[in-house]
Amino acid sequence: MKRFDYVRPATVAEAVAAAAEPGAAYLAGGTNLLDLMKSGAAAPGRLVDVSRLPGLDRIEELPDGGLRIGALVRNADLAHDSDFARRFPAIAEALLSGASAQLRNAATVGGNLLQRTRCAWFADPASACNRRAPGSGCDARGGDSRQQAVLGWNEACVATHPSDFCVPLAALDAVVEIEGRAGRRAVAFEDFHRLPGQTPERETTLAQGELVVALRLPAGAEAFSANARYLKVRERTSFAFAVVSAAAALRLEGGRIAEARLALGGVAAKPWRCPEAEALLAGRPPGPEAFRQAAEAALAEARAPGDNAFKIELARRTAARALTLALAGTPARVPALPASPFAPVPGALVHA
Amino acid sequence: MPEITLTQDPVHLRHGSNIGRPLTRRDGLLKVTGAARYAADNNPKGLLHAVVAVSTVARGRVVALDVEAAMAHPGVVEVMTPANRPALAGDPDAKPNPLVFRLDLLQSDRVRYAGQPIALVVAETLEAATEGAVLLAPRYESEPPAVGLDDGERFVPTAVGPGAPAELRHGDVEAGLAAAAQAIEATYETPPQYHNPMEPHAVVARWDGDRLTLDTPSQAMAMARLRLAALFGIPPENILIRSPFLGGGFGCKGLLSGPQVLGVMAARLVGRPVKLALTRAQLYGPVGHRSPTRQRLRLGADGEGRLTALEHHTLMSSSRFDEFFEPASNASHALYASPAIATLHEAVRLDCGTPMFMRAPGEAPGSAALESAVDEMAEACGLDPLEFRLRNYAEVEPTTGRPFSSKALRECYARGAERFGWERRPLAPRSLRDEHGLLVGWGVGTAIFPALMFEAEARAVIRRDGGGTVEIGACDMGQGAWTALAQIAADAVGLDGERVEFRSGSSDLPDGGIAGGSAHTATAGSAIHSAGAAVVARLAELAMADERSPLFGAGNAGVVARDGRLHRRDDESRSEGYAEILERAGLAEVEARGKGAMDAAAQQRYAMQAHGAVFAEVKVDPDLGQVRVTRLVGAFAAGRIINPRMVVSQYYGGMIWGVSFALHEQAVMDRRSGRPMNADLAGYHIPVNADLPALETILVEEEDPHVNALGIKGVGEIGITGTVGAIANAVWHATGVRVRQFPITLDRLLG
Ligand SMILES: Cc1cc2nc3c(=O)[nH]c(=O)nc-3n(C[C@H](O)[C@H](O)[C@H](O)COP(=O)(O)OP(=O)(O)OC[C@H]3O[C@@H](n4cnc5c(N)ncnc54)[C@H](O)[C@@H]3O)c2cc1C
Ligand code: SF4
Repeated sequence: MKRFDYVRPATVAEAVAAAAEPGAAYLAGGTNLLDLMKSGAAAPGRLVDVSRLPGLDRIEELPDGGLRIGALVRNADLAHDSDFARRFPAIAEALLSGASAQLRNAATVGGNLLQRTRCAWFADPASACNRRAPGSGCDARGGDSRQQAVLGWNEACVATHPSDFCVPLAALDAVVEIEGRAGRRAVAFEDFHRLPGQTPERETTLAQGELVVALRLPAGAEAFSANARYLKVRERTSFAFAVVSAAAALRLEGGRIAEARLALGGVAAKPWRCPEAEALLAGRPPGPEAFRQAAEAALAEARAPGDNAFKIELARRTAARALTLALAGTPARVPALPASPFAPVPGALVHA
Repeated sequence: MPEITLTQDPVHLRHGSNIGRPLTRRDGLLKVTGAARYAADNNPKGLLHAVVAVSTVARGRVVALDVEAAMAHPGVVEVMTPANRPALAGDPDAKPNPLVFRLDLLQSDRVRYAGQPIALVVAETLEAATEGAVLLAPRYESEPPAVGLDDGERFVPTAVGPGAPAELRHGDVEAGLAAAAQAIEATYETPPQYHNPMEPHAVVARWDGDRLTLDTPSQAMAMARLRLAALFGIPPENILIRSPFLGGGFGCKGLLSGPQVLGVMAARLVGRPVKLALTRAQLYGPVGHRSPTRQRLRLGADGEGRLTALEHHTLMSSSRFDEFFEPASNASHALYASPAIATLHEAVRLDCGTPMFMRAPGEAPGSAALESAVDEMAEACGLDPLEFRLRNYAEVEPTTGRPFSSKALRECYARGAERFGWERRPLAPRSLRDEHGLLVGWGVGTAIFPALMFEAEARAVIRRDGGGTVEIGACDMGQGAWTALAQIAADAVGLDGERVEFRSGSSDLPDGGIAGGSAHTATAGSAIHSAGAAVVARLAELAMADERSPLFGAGNAGVVARDGRLHRRDDESRSEGYAEILERAGLAEVEARGKGAMDAAAQQRYAMQAHGAVFAEVKVDPDLGQVRVTRLVGAFAAGRIINPRMVVSQYYGGMIWGVSFALHEQAVMDRRSGRPMNADLAGYHIPVNADLPALETILVEEEDPHVNALGIKGVGEIGITGTVGAIANAVWHATGVRVRQFPITLDRLLG
């Protein structure tokens, strides 16, 4: 095996110092990083194991009514925290629709945010990939495009961000707390992940050695809890990444949409927030017409890099359906098939 | 002399207390506790680890390998390349018969497919060997590969599958189509598929002089031994293969694969035991796959919905350097009655590893297309698809006119349909919805698989302590051979299961044949049955010739063996225990061997097939196209059932495989590089539990006096056939969209 340093710092400060050198990577649950190391797509010279750092595995109330979630909280623990699931049901549903029970038990909040694209050419060291080896080219172009982006891509990279969790986080204005050698900073979720631009290898706003320590959900996010859903369209009923997904949340007042939130997954290199759609919905009475228009607006700029144009229409329909589901109301508990089109919707016929 | 022939022996006519019981797996506890020792679990003293480096190009030459860098890595002991590999006595590219496949054993620097082994690194640890293989940093001279069915020149292969004619014509298809009231033509595509057994191929090899011991999973140990003997120039008796458990085979462990032999070569090169286990990704290349197919079906029917013609044409691929041709069209030989049937095959050569037998080779893709086409024909005739199938029920094998040795397909249709509630099915597609608005569709498919027999041998012993031993080098790849064959063994020697030591899974036992073609229970079971009959006959001979025995002079009346005693057939109160007979004869044991093989005369006279009917319900989201199979009912008739629990589990497995084929499985090939880009189980989808809410099987009774002495047909593969078509037909019924490309993915249903 390629030799690498392994360090297990005792504090966040030690961790940040240990990861300062290029080639160092944080290890949390390892469910993504270790796979990439095995395939050779990642070859860090130093692993900084943060999985046992104290204090990062807590869910805390913030004085302003928001919630702070430590970066090491396991995906399963967060989803099954009943208070959390009640306040942020779409996030719990998204978490439970991801991966498998075993993986969710191991995967962390921070690792989920930082997970790499599932682009097959990225994971394969024998292929050209600008994201993995800057400037080498992009072998995904011209290959099977089912997993590729339809929004925000360019010639340099057509990959998508695969996370489910991140989609409702984007919709609900989460904030990422980051610690670096210069101290702590907070970044709006919207600004955390980056589109490829000319530097697809820079996937997030993190600088070398910066550590995600927590996520914050603002007080306002809870206001959507009665009408918030996540919908994930996939190639099998469970244990598959999204072809396309959508998180939708509505705040209803007097039969109108006071405020709407919409984000899409599987369509871009970052979780894709849809402000145009949200603006279009605000103040309108909810219904198929409004939802369809919102979906159109959300995908207005979409174009297909390969033969994946179907994803554009699929994304529209997924967005409209997620809004419809949100309108029908958050179910009392996360469905047994979370985020699945096959999860029953009590009392509502949501299909065309 | 007693007449104990196979078919007359009352032991077997009545079948004893073991056959037919739903025993749980005898090896179950070992498996769930991790105590079952698979090949890679063996760690002999002095073991080294080998890792193969595989090609990332599909066609070309290896022009550089950094052997020095690999050798310099701490722990690396040796790098095996074409330059230093041990000499072989046999040419790995020789093709003495169609069942010997060409292997890549570092015979040159040539690359013939992506994933081909190009070097092997042997090290003290797996990690060192792995890193050594990376450090080889191969460089290639590569040429553009042929990857898809349109990339090569078509030709008609000389034979398909294990040696069947590529073309068969019965009657006049063109005339039948011309005379038809309704005709359809449709083309279906199936993708390349990989076997993906849970246990990757592994070998632990040890040489002692010119004797070789290896632990490796094998569906056919005797054949593997012969191949190794020829390659290494040693007598087969010098080779011991242990293969007590296989973590699935599905055909890719039927014949020895290249990497398994490379492990043996490495052990020879370094003079120490070597373990080589492929990674998941390395299974996509040198151990076989199912070729993609493009199947064109042309069907005609008269005004009553009776077929006037059926033509099934398959285009498939083999590798550029060897031959295996998926015999998909042959699925149309024996299923539906038609005065004119033509089954045709054409092939192209691609730069891929050689395709291989894969669970239901030919039948799986062939049935997918045929059952879809039959449904399309039924629709054209305005008939219920089950009614259409019944109108075209083959009373005799349509292409030959031979009667079936047994055929309870009508019963399968009836029982399956009843259980499923088929009669409530509306004819028109897109007319069912569930309470949530999801589209609902119902489909049917007929299952068929030939009842094959190969050859096997077994040895049976009855001892003076009243117990017995039965030995056969059979293979348990998860299907339950340890259990079902032991049940046959116990009845064969007329003993309670507890009193029989059943030995299996090793090449020093009598040749158990191949665990393939759904024929292992039939073949190995027949060998055991005949060995048992023969040893009982020996014992009976002793007793009947001895005037002190109550069986003395039983003569033509003969005896029955049961519960460790021989009984006079004409007077069961006169009996004697095995122990007493041997005691008096002064013998420690009696021993006999028996064979299982097909009865050529019966095979000539009868068409032998297992049948079934599969009914599927699917739900489809009308907007999003996502599909889920919500119910699956399969009714199968496959002769005598040795162990209903194992058989149901085989049917489940087959039907789940069918779901996989219909909706999930495909290798996504990079058309430019010739590499599969989803070579792992996160990307190569097979169904998960959530994809299979309800599965049901019905065992339809069927007695077959002709297939073999025990009346056993195969159950291992048939579950796939019928199921794929039933699901595709249900998707059409749900949506009104006929997807002719497998797997049926949601983008094709978006409309
Ligand atoms: C088979 C399979 C199926 C999956 N299916 C899904 C799915 O359907 N939906 C879905 O959303 N996900 C899915 N996943 C991905 C899974 O969610 C991620 O692997 C997981 O969330 C990563 O978390 P981790 O803690 O294991 O991260 P690790 O593997 O430890 O790390 C991942 C990356 O994050 C970095 N990192 C980790 N923690 C921090 C931190 N605090 N600060 C900065 N950097 C950090 C690491 O350096 C590394 O680059 C699947 C994974 C697998 C293997
Ligand atoms: S799409 Fe992006 S991640 Fe995929 S190969 Fe191209 S550059 Fe790499």
